[in-house]
Amino acid sequence: MNNATDTTEQPETEPSRWQEYRKIMDNGLWKNNQALVALLGLCPLLAVSNNVVNGLSLGLATLAVLLISNALISLIRNHVSSDIRIPVFVAIIATAVTIIDLLMNAYLHTLHGILGIFIPLIVTNCAILGRAEAYASKNTLDKALVDGFFMGLGFLVVLVLLGAMREIIGNGTLFDHIHMLFGDMAQNWTIHFSDQYQGVLLAILPPGAFIGLGLLIALKNAMDAKKSRPILDIPVTVVNSNSTPERL
Amino acid sequence: MTEKSSPPSNGSSNNLVKHMFGSAFKLSLFMFVCIILLLGVYYFTAPKIAHEHREAMLKTFNKVLPPSLYNNIPLEDTLIITDDKQRALLGSKEPVTIYRARLDNQPAGVIFQLVATNGYSSHITLLMGVLPNGTVSGVRVLNHRETPGLGDKIEEQKDDWILSFTGRSLQVSTANNQLIASDPRWAVKKDGGEFDQFTGATITPRAVVAAVKKALLFVHQRGDTLYE
Repeated sequence: MNNATDTTEQPETEPSRWQEYRKIMDNGLWKNNQALVALLGLCPLLAVSNNVVNGLSLGLATLAVLLISNALISLIRNHVSSDIRIPVFVAIIATAVTIIDLLMNAYLHTLHGILGIFIPLIVTNCAILGRAEAYASKNTLDKALVDGFFMGLGFLVVLVLLGAMREIIGNGTLFDHIHMLFGDMAQNWTIHFSDQYQGVLLAILPPGAFIGLGLLIALKNAMDAKKSRPILDIPVTVVNSNSTPERL
Repeated sequence: MTEKSSPPSNGSSNNLVKHMFGSAFKLSLFMFVCIILLLGVYYFTAPKIAHEHREAMLKTFNKVLPPSLYNNIPLEDTLIITDDKQRALLGSKEPVTIYRARLDNQPAGVIFQLVATNGYSSHITLLMGVLPNGTVSGVRVLNHRETPGLGDKIEEQKDDWILSFTGRSLQVSTANNQLIASDPRWAVKKDGGEFDQFTGATITPRAVVAAVKKALLFVHQRGDTLYE
């Protein structure tokens, strides 16, 4: 969230609008993170996150689809009756995904070959239809765009984190094959931690994805719990002092 | 999305029909716009995709057959094997395209895709180049779903194993007027042959060796007719 670039706003609505954006950001990145909290779109998440490059590419593709679909659905929200909204949403999402698929095939051919079926499968990522139905179809274009961006970003961050965990443990590298995403200038961005490292196969295999995601969710829950601990501590001190146990 | 959302409640069938046709019209309109959009992007990207596909093919071609050996364009000099029996020899259910390389119109080698059907997880797609004298000029794995860390050593980036095919040829003999392979070297070491297996993965190399052997036999059987 940067400073205001949109100068056409009325001054009195400005604070509430930015507060709203702020709330959307909190939801997308943390409170309602599509991967860690809503647990949506796990099929591509678990299958593709075996290294950073795959995770990052699928994350970016998903983010792009979310932005396009949220924007279009928000724009047409007053023109589509509720009877036909789901087929229209599906058509919009499928069109966006197919466009991304074709563009990746044309401009990131090798990467497209590796991600293969998981690009078209973004259509079935329920996080996207979920945001369309739950948010974009009820809100104005700007909010829908912000929502799409941060929901997508939250998903992308989890994909990259999980990919990094699995790649470091399973392969002993980081950013392997990154030149497929950023071209020849990224040829030597790959970090090798050790030449001798054989890698823990489990991390690359599907169980590694489940264990990794479990650890990430646990970490998030632990951080949430830590944040709210001061409130939880109060009843304990009251009980210890042997006075009337008054819980807050 | 709210004011038009519910069908008219006064029960007038005329209004209901109107609502239905209105919705159907809008839905068709959206689909139409989506199709137009997709067609546009498709026509915009199609040449680029075809070009990239070609480049990627050429890159792997160069790995299985040195480009210095030929001066034609194998991508445009193809022979398509559609005959069921011959396809079975190559282990493919689909028609197989054979790319023919020539040096000054003399046969310089063939490149084709073959499928090892009995891999550990699924089919293994290979690209292989064979010189006119029946020597393998190179084999590469195009795609596979073998176990990472075990069977995936057939990939060039993971292990040198796939290079062990280069320069090998197959001894054949005639029995009942038919060429058959009579070369015990073409098996993994566990089966008495000369090819290494991987620790913990014998099925994968066995499948690849068998597929390449089959294809070499096919090349011998077809002989010069491959270049006609």
